[in-house]
Formats: sequence, structure tokens, C-alpha cells
Amino acid sequence: MKILSEQRTKILFEKLTKYIGVNVKLLIDRPDGTYCFREKKDRVYYISERLLRLAQTVKPDHLISAGTCFGKFTKTNKFRLHITALTYIAPYAPFKIWVKPSAEQQFLYGHHVIKSGLGRITENTPKYQGVVVNTMSDIPIGFGVAARTTAECRHADPLATIAFHQADIGEYIRSEDTLT
Amino acid sequence: MDIVNEILEREQKKAEKYKPITVEKHLDLEFDVGSLLAFDTNDLDTKSLHSQKDVYLHTLSRDNAQLLLNKVWELPTERIDEAIVVRLPPPTTVLPRAKPVPKPKPLTKWQEFAKAKGITKKKKDKSQWDEQLQKWVPLYGFRKAAAEKEKNWLIEVPQNVDPMTDMYEKKASEKTEKVAKNELQRLKNIARARKVKIPRVGIPITSDKASATQLATAATVAKASTASLGKFQDKLPKEKEARGKGIHEIIPGKERKRKAPLPTPQAERENNLNLLDSILNKRPKIDMDRAVSKYIHDEQVQRSEEKKNLKPSKGRFKGKGKGNVTNFSAKKPKAGRGQRNPSKKNPGRKRR
Repeated sequence: MKILSEQRTKILFEKLTKYIGVNVKLLIDRPDGTYCFREKKDRVYYISERLLRLAQTVKPDHLISAGTCFGKFTKTNKFRLHITALTYIAPYAPFKIWVKPSAEQQFLYGHHVIKSGLGRITENTPKYQGVVVNTMSDIPIGFGVAARTTAECRHADPLATIAFHQADIGEYIRSEDTLT
Repeated sequence: MDIVNEILEREQKKAEKYKPITVEKHLDLEFDVGSLLAFDTNDLDTKSLHSQKDVYLHTLSRDNAQLLLNKVWELPTERIDEAIVVRLPPPTTVLPRAKPVPKPKPLTKWQEFAKAKGITKKKKDKSQWDEQLQKWVPLYGFRKAAAEKEKNWLIEVPQNVDPMTDMYEKKASEKTEKVAKNELQRLKNIARARKVKIPRVGIPITSDKASATQLATAATVAKASTASLGKFQDKLPKEKEARGKGIHEIIPGKERKRKAPLPTPQAERENNLNLLDSILNKRPKIDMDRAVSKYIHDEQVQRSEEKKNLKPSKGRFKGKGKGNVTNFSAKKPKAGRGQRNPSKKNPGRKRR
């Protein structure tokens, strides 16, 4: 468990602010204890200080993961969020997309959200804003990037992409072996 | 008769003196004749052990030794030089070593490589048939030098070499270099086996061509060897710094930085919050795209409101007909099925 370098911390926070904006502060500044980000094999884990201290007793070679995996750094040093981060992103996300029950399965299979499947969208969503995708019953099922603004969505044709797929909870089954 | 009796008496006396060779035991002993070992698993007689310890132990050990010897006598005997000899079977009891197991000799670098690649040593003949000399010449050692001298009484100077070079001298220097290299490698192997750290000698200078990596390393080192550690040196397009094991250390000014100590949780949190603030503040205050989209959105809302307001006065506009140009959502012509307006003059063919 390494501490993240300043450069990497910056990349991580920039990515997180795309999804939850200023609420990233709430992840660091928690009343129920200090939480921090740690890195292992290019994967970033969100872990409480208390748990981290326990995890440090394990030999580094034997430790596979501790805490919640937020994502990983690619070889080109970009950060990619994993679906495991959804529990922390979903409650804080200011921009959301709700998909119709008929389009839920499509999204969970890794497809983009298209206009015909769009149920609701947060007002004034800018273009390329990170959004959390919810079902109509307000259950978060993944996240993506808005391909169009809310205004543009109104006039888009039914097959136009509204949000680019980034991660969905179907990955828990589809890529079970790579999620840690 | 007297003599016979006497002899018998003597024999009897003798027999009394010696104890019988048969021993009675409750449980049979376990034998390992190979290492002349017998295990007595019978219980000790505690009463006699306490009362007459020495005598009891003495008799017990005699009996057991007798049993062991009986076993030895069962083996086939040989007679060598007036002595009866027994060949003992291999021992079955595993005895612990007195000394630790000797460690295997550490492999040299070449042996390690050969092992990894599966290269096995081929046996070569000590001597070889030489076509030129028409005789058997040893591969090395005694008479090799003489044969070589006889063979190389004249060495041709190749075309690409300076004609004034002494080829004999060149050959000799090559040989000494080879010997020196071998010696160095031998010492390196010893150092490796003893895990002694030897300092890097820099880039090896070879008489022949240097490899691309060696050249790249040399270039990188040379470039950094200025007073300003190569900071102001020009760079070639697509030039890459040499990389690899141990190269970083020989480049001047590239000493490894000491790691910063781990911050305390509080300090780390502060750092993170500061970093986050700087990121959040850096974002542009006016997002052009957002502003434009907001403007468009407002416009659309305004227009839809207008439309709503205009709806009741729709009829009035219809009367004017051609005048409303912005009305994109005009009704589709009904192709003769609609109601006709007899007051209107000949509408003519529909043009689309």
C-alpha cells in the first residue's frame, strides 16, 4: 500500500471532481474518521486509517487489496474509475440520468444510454459531464459521461447517444476476475 | 575312563563359567544388524534395578549383546587370513549427520545461463587432425604452442587493415585480452558467489564494436558530464535517455532522491484538501459551452411560452395565410380529402 504521489493524487481528484464536483471534499473530510487514498499495483483504494493500520500488518506480497477500489491508473497515467467506486460516487453526484426500465438491461450489458431509453435527466447538464445512471426507482446502476447537454437532448433523435457508458454494475459479473 | 571323566568335568566347569547362548525374552528384540544395533522393548525389572543396579544392568546388557551376536552368526561367514569375517547388511536405521549437509557449489554465470537454456557440455577430443600440418595437434597445453608456431610462420595482412601492422603482435594482444577478460569474469563469479558488492567500472571498453545500448549509455553519460549536468545540452529529435539496470547510477546528477517520510494522517488530509482546493479553483469561472447551452435553453423556454400565449389567437393568423413565414409546423396538405373552400378561387395543382 503506497501513498499516492502528488501528481497521481491530482489526476485522481480531477477525475473525481468530474463526477461529484466539490463533494470530493466530503470523501476526505469525514466526521467518522480519517479516510485516505492508497495505491497498490496501480490500483487506488479508498480506505479508513484504522483499517489501513490493520492492513499494514500483512506482508505486502500477501496483501491483494484493502478498502474500496476506486479505479486504476493506466499505463499512460490516466485514471479510470471502476464500478466499485459507485457506492461513494452515487450519493454525491449532482448530475444524474434516469433510464427507463426497458433500457436498463441494455445499459447493464455495457451499451451507451440512447435517447429512447432516457427517462429523466438533471436540468442544465453540461456536455461531457460525469453522470450517475439511475433506474427510475432511484437505484444507481452505473456511471457515464453525458454526450449531450440537457437542451440538446430535447431535440435529439431517438437513437442518439445521450450518455457514454463507463461502468455499470453488470461488471461485477462480466469482469469479476479483474475487479478487486 | 578317568581321563574321559576328567575331560567331561572340565568341560562342565567351563560351561558353568560361560553363560548359555540362548536368552529368554518376553518380547523379541528389534535388530539393525547393519549398524550392530538392538532395541530391547521389554520392561525393566524395577525391583532388581533399585536393589542391585549395576549387576542387573550388566546382565541385561550381556543378554542383549548375546542376542545380537546370535543374529550376527546367522549371517554367512567367510574366512579371510585365518579370521572369520561377516559381511554386514546395509544399515536400516537412519542416523542424523554430525555436520550440516554441504552446500552445493554456487554456479558461475555461464553455468547458470547454460542450465536455463539447456546447454550441455560436449566432450571434445584432446587433439585434432590438422590438414595443413598433416598431423595430430593438441587442442591446448603441451605442444600446442609449438604447433601454432609451425602453422603460423606467415600471417597475411588483410586488405582492410593498415599494411604496416604487426599481425603477430595483434594476435598476442588479443590473446592477453582474452585471458584478462576470463580472469575478470572468474573474479566476478567469486564475488557473486560470496555476495560481495563490486563497484561498477563504467562502460566496458571493448576493442570491437560496442552494442547499441552501450553507445546509448555512453552518450547519455557524456551529455550529463557538463558543469550544469547536461541541462543546456541540445537534444536530437526522438532522442531517448539510456535506461536499464544500474545505468541511472552512473549518470551524473541522477542520484536517487531520498524518499520523503510518510506524512501523518492529519497532514495527508490537509495536503489532499489543499490540492483539491487548487483543482476546484482552477476550473474556469465561465464555462462557455455551459453558458451557450443555458442561453439556448432559455430561448427555447421563452419561445415555447410565446407559443402557448399565441395559441388562442391561432385562427386570426390562419386567415392571413401566406404571411406567417416562421410557421414551420404548417398542416400537411390533405390531397383533396380535406374540406374545400368554395369561396377560394381555383387553388390549382398542389406543388410540393
